[in-house]
Amino acid sequence: MSTFGQVFVKNNKYKPQGSFHHLTPNTPIRDADNDWKLLGVTNPRDMTYIHSYGGEAVFFESLSKKRLMATRCDSPDCDSRGTVYMPFRIHCPDCLCRNSIIDITDTAKTTATIHTFMVCERSGAFNLLEKPIKFINIEFKGVDTILMSYLAVGEPRFGQKVLPVFRTLEPTYTILDLSWVVDGTAESDLPQGFSF
Amino acid sequence: MIRFSKQQLKIPQLQRPVYLVTAGQSKFDRAIVDRRTEELCIDAFTMAASLLNLSPAELKRYIHSCYYGHFADHFGDQLLGEAVIHDRLGLDPLGNVGIKTGGATGGSALWEGLKAVASGYSDCVLVMGWERMDEVPTDEGNFLISCAADKDWESPLGHIYTGYYAVMAQRYWQIFGKSEDSFRRTLAEIAVKHHRYARFNPFAQAPMDITVDDVLNSPVVAYPLRALDCCLMSVGAACAVLCDENTADALTAGSPNKPLRMWVAAGSHTLRPADRLDMKIPLLPNEEEGQYDDLAERFPGGDRYPGFTGFLAARMAAYYGYGMSGITDPSEDLDVVELHDAFTISDVQTYEDIGIRPYGYGRDYVESGDCYHTNPYTNEPGKLPSNLSGGLIGCMHAVGATGIMQTFEIATHIWNRWEELHGDQALWHRFDRQKPADWTSLQVTGARRGLAISHAGVGSHVTATILMDPDHLIR
Repeated sequence: MSTFGQVFVKNNKYKPQGSFHHLTPNTPIRDADNDWKLLGVTNPRDMTYIHSYGGEAVFFESLSKKRLMATRCDSPDCDSRGTVYMPFRIHCPDCLCRNSIIDITDTAKTTATIHTFMVCERSGAFNLLEKPIKFINIEFKGVDTILMSYLAVGEPRFGQKVLPVFRTLEPTYTILDLSWVVDGTAESDLPQGFSF
Repeated sequence: MIRFSKQQLKIPQLQRPVYLVTAGQSKFDRAIVDRRTEELCIDAFTMAASLLNLSPAELKRYIHSCYYGHFADHFGDQLLGEAVIHDRLGLDPLGNVGIKTGGATGGSALWEGLKAVASGYSDCVLVMGWERMDEVPTDEGNFLISCAADKDWESPLGHIYTGYYAVMAQRYWQIFGKSEDSFRRTLAEIAVKHHRYARFNPFAQAPMDITVDDVLNSPVVAYPLRALDCCLMSVGAACAVLCDENTADALTAGSPNKPLRMWVAAGSHTLRPADRLDMKIPLLPNEEEGQYDDLAERFPGGDRYPGFTGFLAARMAAYYGYGMSGITDPSEDLDVVELHDAFTISDVQTYEDIGIRPYGYGRDYVESGDCYHTNPYTNEPGKLPSNLSGGLIGCMHAVGATGIMQTFEIATHIWNRWEELHGDQALWHRFDRQKPADWTSLQVTGARRGLAISHAGVGSHVTATILMDPDHLIR
């Protein structure tokens, strides 16, 4: 039995396995300036959520296969026909038809540039990225939206050409499996577990 | 490309006029260790009643339905918190509803309350907002706030909302600020101003007498934004009472509060800035067709709208709100504003979105001195003072209450009660705060009309609340 909760689906039902929550006792909060009078109590809780990616699952699965999947509205009567979405949108926001899934890996490798960026020194709790985190927002030729991600190698600047890298070793199946490096980065400089 | 239909651009119509008659708020602080949320809400309601020279029980007799703004159940670890507050206020079995639109929750609660009165459903409603952000440590608080970004595509990237604004700050600074140090100092000046005004507000959490260099030397959170560029994390409550004309007259008969005509309008845009498609800039009444055609020539790189430099939601809220109330030029028609300064950069962006300055020129609102109570360059009254409360940077950001706090502040100016309500020594004492020796009244002399902007996410929801003295309507 795993320490951590794991889930698979069988017969269209979630099958949780392992430990999904851990019990920790409450403790009193007392006022050190006022005779240790009781003010409240801590409520510790450790839970694991079970989350479906739905129609976006293909995007997250593809990252570990070194492919970047986007979507496009191909609905013949839609004003937005031909609009390409990255981030992946399951449905066209105009006609609400299901978008076509397209592979933009090669487009990303040849046309991705930094639209804007920032360098994050502080994070919230549960952050898994090493600080400072270089957030980048990425433009692609022929794509109508601007993807947010993070730069693993190099210094960001507007217009900087960047290349996608994918976590193929022990993928997390989250957006953190996709990162970027500045053009010219050697394979040997990629973060552990990532490849072009 | 977003295209608007004629139906979508219709100016909203209210079935009858709506009036704000009173408002109130609790103390705001990073943590309030000895009071439950319901105690803070009762403080706010009791204050609202006292401004009408009524007891809480007397005021409650008029209330017919209630609109509660509480953004984050997970902060307070209490689902259906609205039911708790409603019960503790003794308002059962009246109908009530909870409203959640992130940072715009307070404004959205006002929007819902306004519609209830305007439609005739209720003659008098309570709008109450609160937030309890002290039940988790700050880094976990930042995590919980980041859950208001897209949880699959954005939140895992650092779990910090400041980062999602910092990419905007970088883009704006380099394109419209032309990477000038002077622009960065202008951003810092906003933080100095708001912390300074908070010194004169007994409700405010973060009064500070600081300099531009203090801001520029404060720790980096997400470069280029530093700790003093950022809003607060707060605990507190605020409320407002909205009425039809007859009820407003009855409720204010024995008080200095004049019923204030009220309008609230709302706009929205994608939760992820990533999804914002390039579009033509929708124009406000004080802008002219074609005036942005050469924006990219004046500011190379500034050709994408709203991109990472504007908030379409704020522009649409202003478009609807100005249309409803007759405002044609906010700088001329308004006397005081409270803007949603979640970060210094978003304050500047909002100046442009709501037409105080044209796109690309927001910094001038600060650099001209127009945004001050007293223009530091002329010593004359500021043309359109902003965030005299201290705003989200200096006063508070108890999320569900914020838009209502802003509205309270605007109303106190139009009622000509700002000095009375912020200078009261007893209130400073009750909040265990020291009234500064150089305390200065920030009452805007002769204020007739004001605006409060309430804003969520990275511009996902924005409301514009407009108050006017009924003797000084524009139309």
